[in-house]
Amino acid sequence: MKLTLWTYEGPPHIGAMRIATAMEGVHYVLHAPQGDTYADLLFTMIERMNKRPPVTYTTFQARDLGGDTAELFKDAARSAYARFKPDLLMVGASCTAELIQDDPGGLAAALQLSVPVLPLELPAYQKKENWGAAETFYQMVRLLGKDYVLPPGEKRKPRAPGLPPSCNILGPTALGFRHRDDLVEIRKLLRQIGVRVNVVAPLGAKPEDISRLHEADFNVVLYPEVANSAAQWLSKNFGQPSTKTIPIGFNATRAFIEEVCTLAQIHCDIEELTKRSRARWYALSVDSTYLTNKRVFIFGDATHAIAAAKVASQEMGFQVVGLGTYSRELAREVREAASQYGIEALITDDYLEVEQRITELQPELILGSQMERHIAKRLKIPCAVISAPIHVQDFPARYSPQMGFEGANVLFDTWVHPLMMGLEEHLIGMFREDFEFHDGAAPSHLGHGHQRTPANEANVASEPTPVPEVAVANGAPVTESVWEPEAQRELNKIPFFVRGKAKRNTERFAIERGLPTISLETLYDAKAHFGR
Amino acid sequence: MNRVIPLQPTTDTCDSADRAILKERGQREVFCGLTGIIWLHRKIQDAFFLVVGSRTCAHLVQSAAGVMIFAEPRFATAIIDDHDLAGLADANEELDRVVNQLLTRRPDIKMLFLVGSCPSEVIKLDLSRAAERLSKTYTPRVRILNYSGSGIETTFTQGEDACLAALAKEIPQHAKLHPTEREVDLLIVGCLADIVEDQFSRIFNDLGIESYAFFPPRRSGDIPRLGPNTRYLLVQPFLTDTARVLDDLGAKRIPAPFPLGVEGTEAWFAAAAKAFGIDPNRVESVIAPKRQRANLALERQRQVLNGRSIFFFPDSQLEIPLARFLHRELGMQLTEIGMPYIHRQHLAEELALLPTEVSLSEGQDVEKQLDRCRTYRPDMVVCGLGLANPLEAEGLTTKWSIELVFTPIQGFDQAADLAELFARPLVRRTKLAA
Repeated sequence: MKLTLWTYEGPPHIGAMRIATAMEGVHYVLHAPQGDTYADLLFTMIERMNKRPPVTYTTFQARDLGGDTAELFKDAARSAYARFKPDLLMVGASCTAELIQDDPGGLAAALQLSVPVLPLELPAYQKKENWGAAETFYQMVRLLGKDYVLPPGEKRKPRAPGLPPSCNILGPTALGFRHRDDLVEIRKLLRQIGVRVNVVAPLGAKPEDISRLHEADFNVVLYPEVANSAAQWLSKNFGQPSTKTIPIGFNATRAFIEEVCTLAQIHCDIEELTKRSRARWYALSVDSTYLTNKRVFIFGDATHAIAAAKVASQEMGFQVVGLGTYSRELAREVREAASQYGIEALITDDYLEVEQRITELQPELILGSQMERHIAKRLKIPCAVISAPIHVQDFPARYSPQMGFEGANVLFDTWVHPLMMGLEEHLIGMFREDFEFHDGAAPSHLGHGHQRTPANEANVASEPTPVPEVAVANGAPVTESVWEPEAQRELNKIPFFVRGKAKRNTERFAIERGLPTISLETLYDAKAHFGR
Repeated sequence: MNRVIPLQPTTDTCDSADRAILKERGQREVFCGLTGIIWLHRKIQDAFFLVVGSRTCAHLVQSAAGVMIFAEPRFATAIIDDHDLAGLADANEELDRVVNQLLTRRPDIKMLFLVGSCPSEVIKLDLSRAAERLSKTYTPRVRILNYSGSGIETTFTQGEDACLAALAKEIPQHAKLHPTEREVDLLIVGCLADIVEDQFSRIFNDLGIESYAFFPPRRSGDIPRLGPNTRYLLVQPFLTDTARVLDDLGAKRIPAPFPLGVEGTEAWFAAAAKAFGIDPNRVESVIAPKRQRANLALERQRQVLNGRSIFFFPDSQLEIPLARFLHRELGMQLTEIGMPYIHRQHLAEELALLPTEVSLSEGQDVEKQLDRCRTYRPDMVVCGLGLANPLEAEGLTTKWSIELVFTPIQGFDQAADLAELFARPLVRRTKLAA
């Protein structure tokens, strides 16, 4: 058992629902008790979808457990088939139905429906949402593609001369973080490069499209968490290579273009394509100087976290002080990425561990999921959301991709926006006694959601917590230092956005040197020691 | 294993069987009882709710609560994994470990509810024994209770019932612990917003009923004592099990409609007053000014709602009292009223106030019910969150039923607020169409 206050990923059948809901002509019959229908609102409320996910729940009850749950499943499957007339029926069990072992796959096969049936075995007590999505997609690609598999030893036929190169785009799902907009951006980019898109899957695909995947020359894998296993199967059975670069950020988008051109065996004018990008020039502009070495903490799914770290470090000039993921499947990749910044990756799905690390590090910016936004709000640290888990506000009405050149522009805006602006930061430092520039005043460009009140500000960063008198006479090691009033007043003169870190550093400095009290001198000694 | 609460009573327990009720069995689009935690943890302020369940349960509670609660929530999930499934002995040890971890982290917790879920029920993890076992370790610092909020046994608001029933079972033990406390004459049973409790307190005082208490109490240590003459009033129609526990303890239910709308609230107070032999003139003098003010406030909403038709999908089990209010006081036309289940005895006074021609349905087969709803094409649909946006996309105007559970809607001074919850979606649609 594991104690969880919040969880980063849902159970694996939610992953399967994300595939079914993304597609056309698919229906999912889920053997589940009534509470499991909550999953519908993820799509209808969080993603604001205007139709119900294509899922029928069997809704078994305690009194059915004696024996007829299997019959209940067959009835539900039969009537869902009759009502929705899908081209493919997915069947599976949620966590509770898994325990009663009714075998939805076998039961559905016994119904002898005239459509392909995809039985899903998603172990709910071992695996999680992204794994469930990946497994579902992989099983579907295999089921609908197996008739086209190349015989052993046979190589893929070269593309006929004169035909434009083609690719599939793999990975976007329902309830994905900006998948809808990323897809628009990447489609546009591929068109500019001169590559035809054969199939996009699963988002918007029909089962018949899935069986045409083998026709493309190569695959573009946008979200490895979902598409990796399917892409590997396609590579093994159809000789289709796939892209490895995730086009998030200016540099990665350029690298992505190069990779696509290599796989497609064509040339394109990268300089021409990059002309649209503003992010790079904005980062070079003088106003961005203040962003230099801003300390940033990054946490999210592996793909977005790795990409964000790269962009933060190389394109924004931040210092990555923390990097982590809840995607254990890709832990190795995240560890490797973290080592490039001289830090150790945080691999955990425990929200409390993430909170603890952030509290220790006192970063100036957090790039994370809704969970980290939550933590950031409590610690009064600016934050931007870069990854699932997501909330309704992460499905903006406007076009807001993360990928491609437009995506890089969006990243610049959304990451810089929660911070003070360059001049504003200086003004607050210089005119801090001014009534309009006091700590409690919200950054002028931020909305009411970011208002700071002197009271809650004080609670978090400025007021050193009252600590008990430390007995030094008995020679016990100092574990806490008390702020002298003068030093405390001086601390309060430090702008609030760096005060938390200054306080922490000074306390650490004092404890390390066994100082029971923190004087004005200690504060400045610590400042000189740690620098900035 | 906990006692099974039938989602749909198999036999009707009482009279008024002349009213035809469509009973359906199929896919239900209703939250399970675990979701009650969302409001219960704010209501009993030193209690913690530990769901013993799967990742799905954790995800459900989190999604239902939104990721928007800023304080650390007073609920969590002990996620069962395959290691626990391998042996139940291990699962019990694991549960003890998790509880210890939790109570170390939250020393302020005075009462811990172990909440059973579908998986813990199916693997027959005995939480009542676990609660007993753990109580031995943690009494008197923390009291440990258990109830089931599982979707195979409870729907949405039944979770509150199961929780309150578990708490009500504590009343005799509590009486032993606190012999100095007074016994109450009247127990008001069901979660009310603090502001509504305060309004009701003032009215009970004015009526001259001084010995009363609300249940659940705001603090878990304030569980009231029952005496031989204690009577209780339900504020919610879904408190079947809680009522049964109170009956077993010798308390007597005061039959009444529920305090929704002016009429319902008045009848609810009048029933209490009558039970305590209070002079009807005194009742009238206390109620009249409140009735008048509430009716005045309702007038504006009546102009929006009068003559509009409404369809209820089953969800909160408040559907029948709500329909009665909307029909009788605001002039709305009722089409179908769906309820997860109908407790005929507790709803007898409500059913008597409903027009006979309205369709009542119990249980659900969501696809068939959607078909009926589309045929009616009502001006307003009351439904859960999973159906609301898809129905809006079909051009129907909806009211999320969950808001009716979270918002203070009981009493005279909330009658107009309650009406406004229904008027607002219609006003909005008109504004956007203009």
